[in-house]
Amino acid sequence: MTATVFNILSSGIFHASILFLVAAGLQLVFGVQKIFNLACGSFYALGAYLGITMVDIFLAQGGSPLLSFFPLLIAGLILGVLGPLVERGFLRFVYQRDESFQLLLTFALVLMFEDVIRFFWGTYPRSPKGVYLAFGTIHIGGAAIPVYNLLVIGASLAVASLMGYMLRRTRFGRIIRATASNPEMVQALGVRSSTVFVKVFTLGTVLGTVGGALVVPTTAAVSEMAVHLIVLAFAVVVIGGLGSMKGAFVGALLVGLLKSLSMAIYPELEMMLIYLIVIGVLVFRPQGLVGGQS
Amino acid sequence: MMSDPSQTELIGRASLPRRNWPVVILMGGFLVGGGIWPFIGKEYHVYLTLSFFAYSVALLGLNLLFNYTGLLSFGHALFLGIGGYTAAFLTYKYSIMSMELILAVTLALSGVVALAIGFICVRYIKIYFAMLTLAFGMLLHSFLMKTYDLTGGDEGMHVFQPKLLGFEFATMDKMAFFCGPYYYYSLTVFLIALVLMWRIVHSHFGICLQAIRDNPDKAEYLGISIRSYRLRAFVISGCFAGVGGALMAPPTGHVDPAFVFWTHSGDMVFMVLLGGFSNFFGPMMGSLVFIFLRDIVASATEYWRFIFGAILAVIVIMAPEGLMGMVVNGWHRLRSLLMRGGSP
Repeated sequence: MTATVFNILSSGIFHASILFLVAAGLQLVFGVQKIFNLACGSFYALGAYLGITMVDIFLAQGGSPLLSFFPLLIAGLILGVLGPLVERGFLRFVYQRDESFQLLLTFALVLMFEDVIRFFWGTYPRSPKGVYLAFGTIHIGGAAIPVYNLLVIGASLAVASLMGYMLRRTRFGRIIRATASNPEMVQALGVRSSTVFVKVFTLGTVLGTVGGALVVPTTAAVSEMAVHLIVLAFAVVVIGGLGSMKGAFVGALLVGLLKSLSMAIYPELEMMLIYLIVIGVLVFRPQGLVGGQS
Repeated sequence: MMSDPSQTELIGRASLPRRNWPVVILMGGFLVGGGIWPFIGKEYHVYLTLSFFAYSVALLGLNLLFNYTGLLSFGHALFLGIGGYTAAFLTYKYSIMSMELILAVTLALSGVVALAIGFICVRYIKIYFAMLTLAFGMLLHSFLMKTYDLTGGDEGMHVFQPKLLGFEFATMDKMAFFCGPYYYYSLTVFLIALVLMWRIVHSHFGICLQAIRDNPDKAEYLGISIRSYRLRAFVISGCFAGVGGALMAPPTGHVDPAFVFWTHSGDMVFMVLLGGFSNFFGPMMGSLVFIFLRDIVASATEYWRFIFGAILAVIVIMAPEGLMGMVVNGWHRLRSLLMRGGSP
C-alpha cells in the first residue's frame, strides 16, 4: 500500500516538475506579452530531440551516462537562441493586434516547428540509450524510485526558487513585474520594452526547451509530443491561473498528481478528469485557483 | 423592446449592401461551376472538392462566431466530431444508411450540445472563450480515446456508404458514387447552407450580432440581450459545423479522435483566416485554397506543414484580411480606375 502511494507520488511529482518548467515559461510570456504561446510545446519537443542528440554525442565521446545531465541542460540552453529569433522575427509584429491573431501566429509556429523536427530527426520515436537506468533506483517505503526522477524534481525546484528570487528580489524581476502590470509606465520611466520582451521570451523559451531535454531520458521523443504537451501545459496554467508563477506551480502539481493517480487507479479517466477540472476552473474561478497576482 | 430610431441606427452601422452583383455572380458561379465540375475535372480533384463542400459548411458556422459575433472558437472540431461520429454510429453500428437521417440526427445532437456548451462559454469572450471551447473539444477527444468499446478508441470507426434520398447506388463503384451522386448531394447541402447563412448574417439577428461585436455596451443599452444573441449564434454555428462533419465522414470512410483534436480546430481557423474572415465568402476561398494547395504542396514535399505554417504567419502579420481581402481591394482599385479613368 505505502509502496503504491510512494510510486504515485514520485511519478506525479516528476510529471509536475516537467510541467512546471514549461508552464512557467508560458506564464512568463503571457504575463508580460499577453500572448498565449502555443509554441511552448514545440520548444519542449525541440529540447527533447536536441537533448537526445547531445547525449548521443556525449556518450559517443566516452562521457559517463551519470553526467548526461549536462549535455541535456546544454541542449536546452543552446535552443535559447530561438527566443530572440521568434520574438524579433514574428511576435513583435502582433503585440498591438487582437488576441485571436496572436494565438494563431503561435499556432503557425507550431506547424512550422513540427516539420523542423521531422526534417532533422525524422518521424520515428527516439530515446537516448541507457541513461535512465544508469542512475539506478532507491527504495523508499518499499517503492523503487528512479534516482533520475529525483534529480529532475530537484532541478525543477531549484528553477522555481531561482525564478521566485529573480522576480521578487532583482532589478530585472521588478522590471518584468512592472511591465506585466503597466508597460506604458515602465517605458515612460526609461526602460526599453523591446529589450524586456526579448529577454522574457528567451527565458520562457529556455524553460520549455530545458523541460523537454530533461524529460527525454524517461520517455521516447515522438513527433506528436508538442501538440500533446500544449494541452497539458494549457490545463496547468488555466487551473493555476493565467500569468501567475504560483499558479504554474500549483497547477503543475495538481495536474501531475492527478495524472499519475488516475493512471494507477482508473486510466479511462485520465485526461477527461483534467479537462473537466479545467472547465470547472474557467467557469467558477476564471482567475485560477491561486491567480490574481503575478 | 427596441424603438425604431435605435434600430435604424444599428442597421446604419452594421449592414452590408444586400444586392450587389459580384455576390450574385459568386453564388451563380458556385451553382454553375459546381454543377459542371465533375464533367471537366479529374476524378481525384472532384473527390477533393467533397472536402471543400464539407469544410465550407462548417466554416460558415465558425465564421458566424468569429467574424460576425467576435468570438474565436478553438474547439469547433468538436462539432465536426459530432457529425462524423453520428455518421459512423448510424451506418456502422445501427445499419441506418439514410443520409437525410444522419444529417437530421447530427443537427439535433449538435444543437443540443452547442446549447449546453454555449450556455457556459458565451459568458466569456476573447482568450477565455477560446480556451473554454478548446477544453470542451479536448474533453470530447479524451472521451473518444478512452471509450474503446463504444467508439473504437484511437482506432476510430468505419463509416459506410450512405443512401441518398433513399437510393442505395449499390451497383456503383465507390469512387463513381462519391464523384457522382454524393458530389451533387454535397453541393446541394453546401448551397443551401450558403444561402441560409447569407440570410442569417443579413437578418436583423445578424446585424444585432455585429452591433454586439462592435460595441457590446451600446448594444446592451439599446435592449439587445448579449448573452442570448451570442448563445443563439453559438448554436447555429455548432449546427453548421456538425453538418460539415457529417458530410466529411462518408468519403473518408472512417472517423477517429484526431478528427476532434485541437489542431483540427486550429486548421479550421487557419482556413477562415487564409480566405479572409471579414468577407462572407472568405472562408470558402480559404477552404478551397487550403485543400487544393495542401494537395499540391504535399505531393511535392513532405514538409507541407512548414510551408503552411509560414503562409499562416505571413497572413497574420501582413494580410489579416486574407486572400478575399486582397481580391476585394484589387477589385475596388480596378473599378475606381475604370470608372474615373484615373488613379485610384
